[in-house]
Amino acid sequence: MLPPPIAIRVATEWLAARARWQPLEVGFWIVAFAAIWLFPDRHLILTEIAWLGLFALSLDLILGYAGIISLGHAAFFGLGAYTAALLAKYEIINEPVLALLVAGLAAMALGFVTSFLVLRGSDLTRLMVTLGVALLLRELANRLGWLTGGADGLQGVSIKPVLGMFRFDMFGHTGYAYSLIVLFILFLIARRLVNSPFGLSLLSVKGNPLRASAIGISVDGRLIAIYTVAAGFAGIAGALLAQTTSFASLEVFSFDRSADLLLVLIIGGAGYLYGGLIGAIIFKFMQDYLSALTPQYWPFWIGLVLVVIVMVGRDRITSWTAPFRRIASHLNWRALARHVAASSSERR
Amino acid sequence: MAVALETINLVKRFSGIVASNNVSLQIAKGARHALIGPNGAGKTTLINLLTGVQRPTGGRILLDGEDITSLSTHERVRLGIVRTFQINQLFNDLTPLETIGLAVSERRGQGLDWWRIVGSRPDLVAEVVEILERFHLADVIDKRTAVLPYGKQRLLEIALAIACRPRVLLLDEPAAGVPEDERHEILAAVAALPADVTVLLIEHDMDIVFSFADRISVLVNGALFVEGSPEEVARDPRVKAVYLGEEVADA
Ligand SMILES: Nc1ncnc2c1ncn2[C@@H]1O[C@H](COP(=O)(O)OP(=O)(O)OP(=O)(O)O)[C@@H](O)[C@H]1O
Ligand SMILES: [Mg+2]
Repeated sequence: MLPPPIAIRVATEWLAARARWQPLEVGFWIVAFAAIWLFPDRHLILTEIAWLGLFALSLDLILGYAGIISLGHAAFFGLGAYTAALLAKYEIINEPVLALLVAGLAAMALGFVTSFLVLRGSDLTRLMVTLGVALLLRELANRLGWLTGGADGLQGVSIKPVLGMFRFDMFGHTGYAYSLIVLFILFLIARRLVNSPFGLSLLSVKGNPLRASAIGISVDGRLIAIYTVAAGFAGIAGALLAQTTSFASLEVFSFDRSADLLLVLIIGGAGYLYGGLIGAIIFKFMQDYLSALTPQYWPFWIGLVLVVIVMVGRDRITSWTAPFRRIASHLNWRALARHVAASSSERR
Repeated sequence: MAVALETINLVKRFSGIVASNNVSLQIAKGARHALIGPNGAGKTTLINLLTGVQRPTGGRILLDGEDITSLSTHERVRLGIVRTFQINQLFNDLTPLETIGLAVSERRGQGLDWWRIVGSRPDLVAEVVEILERFHLADVIDKRTAVLPYGKQRLLEIALAIACRPRVLLLDEPAAGVPEDERHEILAAVAALPADVTVLLIEHDMDIVFSFADRISVLVNGALFVEGSPEEVARDPRVKAVYLGEEVADA
């Protein structure tokens, strides 16, 4: 018994629409790349936004898609940062892109090992376990002072030109272009991943692990996989920080960093990939603006924002952007094309 | 008689309660086997044990003679043991299209594909749509499961299990909560299963049980109480006394 081709066409079209690029997305990336030429005097903060956005994208993969909450994501970020800084300092790998990959792999290895700690337990246990792992790593880096420079941080790191051609400069021109390209490539991978059968199975594991396992999905396997991948993303974000600032310190592992990250993702909204990026933009510019105004009140403002967001999106921390996302997803190419065609014919 | 699924002295104890008490049950290949018993008899617990959702306190479970007691739920699904839930267990934020798609890609071993976009395999989409049409879900393929009427959700609950192509299907009160006039869709789908699929049905409605089953086991207080053909069970005075009471007398 074969279904009529029309039903299959409808289904195929609906599924294809899930993964289709929306105009707003394309616009987002055009603006991001145009900023290389448009805002040369803002490249330093844009670089920070790029790696913070990547870091938040990593958290989104586990929180927004697999439902794993973490207060210790800085563990992977920090490992990536130290790996990249050490590779450069001791001239083990001089080419930044290669060092970036190695830093990502190191963070993935740590992610894989620690993923077993987050497989079970409530959100609260996960918060505590992830927090604990990050604290442990920070202490480890502190103790290994001969290697990491301890509390002083890793001094005297010099980063060689990217691909042997593009030298890092003090204005962040190279840094921004480099970070943005890395972010974009990893974003494409993440986008592919969440729109794949694997990505769909993550949503099922997040939504109802009992049923997911009852249709043959290895819940643990999926969680281990995405936690490992996300750790790699976070490690690369940390490596970008180390490479664009030629420095790594214990602060990369700090609790504040993990907590801010959660805040960034909450500001932008979890579960649609852009939340981390948008959150990073808002967070960094707000921080820049508010701390220029009144440096000592920055924590107050950020606290206020947090309370407001949570009150507005009371039921779920991920949900407050839902109306905007609905609008965005209705704005698909065809509708827009029809709209433009209609309005231009009206004008004639 | 070839046995598909078998339990040997299966015990499940919760603090204070013995939910499964030395259950030794054999389900024949291709059987239409019904499991009945009063509320709290341990029927759902038995399915939880058979599918690995819960671990038995003691005893063993065999599939085609192989011990599967230590396998996890998803491993058992791969061996063909699939269940439905008494209370719907669905993916509220996903559509029926996505839900059935999940089960089908998992069954085909494509659930880990991360480089391919969902829906890019025409044969897979065709199979998913065929299942959705069979279960009268074609008109709601793109609606969020959470907003579907209960009857449709119940159909999706059953369709999702069928999409796993079970060799042994365990149905936990599939018609529960479905109005009388919508039940036939679910029952027709169950009746239309290939004859070689082994089915264990838990059901309170005796009309359904007796029209469906070729074998009936009665569970009381966690223990197997009576087992036999529908006629034997219907005639058994102990069953009448303990459980069926008036209903069988009427039948
Ligand atoms: N997770 C659990 N923890 C503690 N006790 C449980 C648990 N699950 C079931 N029980 C108890 O075990 C007994 C059997 O429950 P079960 O759900 O298997 O019954 P049932 O035969 O499916 O009943 P019903 O017809 O109402 O669905 C009940 O007394 C129940 O309270
Ligand atoms: Mg039950």
